[in-house]
Amino acid sequence: MVIERKERFRQLVVDDLPRLYGLARRLVGEEAEDAVQDCLLKAFRSLNTLSDESAARSWLTAILVNCCRDRGRARLRRPDEVELEEAERFSLFRRIADEDPFPYSDSLHMDFLGQFDRDDLRRVLLTLPDIYRVPLVLVHMQGFSTKEAATLVDAPLGTVLARLHRGRKLLEKRIWEYAESHGLLKEGTT
Amino acid sequence: MISCSDAVRQLWEYLEGELADRDRDKVDEHLRACLRCCGEAEFADELRNFLASHGQDDALPEDVRQRLLESLDSMEETR
Repeated sequence: MVIERKERFRQLVVDDLPRLYGLARRLVGEEAEDAVQDCLLKAFRSLNTLSDESAARSWLTAILVNCCRDRGRARLRRPDEVELEEAERFSLFRRIADEDPFPYSDSLHMDFLGQFDRDDLRRVLLTLPDIYRVPLVLVHMQGFSTKEAATLVDAPLGTVLARLHRGRKLLEKRIWEYAESHGLLKEGTT
Repeated sequence: MISCSDAVRQLWEYLEGELADRDRDKVDEHLRACLRCCGEAEFADELRNFLASHGQDDALPEDVRQRLLESLDSMEETR
């Protein structure tokens, strides 16, 4: 019986491991493997709560988000109100146009984003507080709808929409700050 | 007509097709009249695509995969 259960669980999760690991990398960085281990253990122990195996992706995601939240809680850093107000007024589109870091470019904004590789973006994401990072990653990087994300993080839809908006504005601001501090505003850096 | 800040606030949901018809029509009306917000909308779309393309799964390192599979094998019922 236990062997059957283990085999069923293995079949459910084995093909999803790369996605789970990728999600965890964006949520807790270097602790991703430990977070996925936590998730697998919790999921196995609560396998009987999964009544519909077609819902396994969402079910595993919700468990992993919780495991990542537990790991991230200790180092949670919320932006202060001043930064949130600055972020609300910040427009990455306008800042790139105003600063014009690549004056010979025909596609300035695309060229700016092209300076960022996957690791750069992950580092920027990891500077965001969990309450903004988690919905951003679920909706804009993992393809969940805003309603699904609200269920996954156990928050009202309106709250998630507000966090997505603030999260995107903070992300824009911190993408620019990262580009400034990591020398990505010079032509020929990639 | 809605203000630029109201339009910009709704741009991503507009691009995702998640706005109600009435709100979508208001953003459409604003974008037809405001060149600057059209630029914001185009860039928001580029940023959406940038996030989605960088959200593809990372390669799962073989050593990590092995350890995760081993943990699956060693799981015991705990109640």
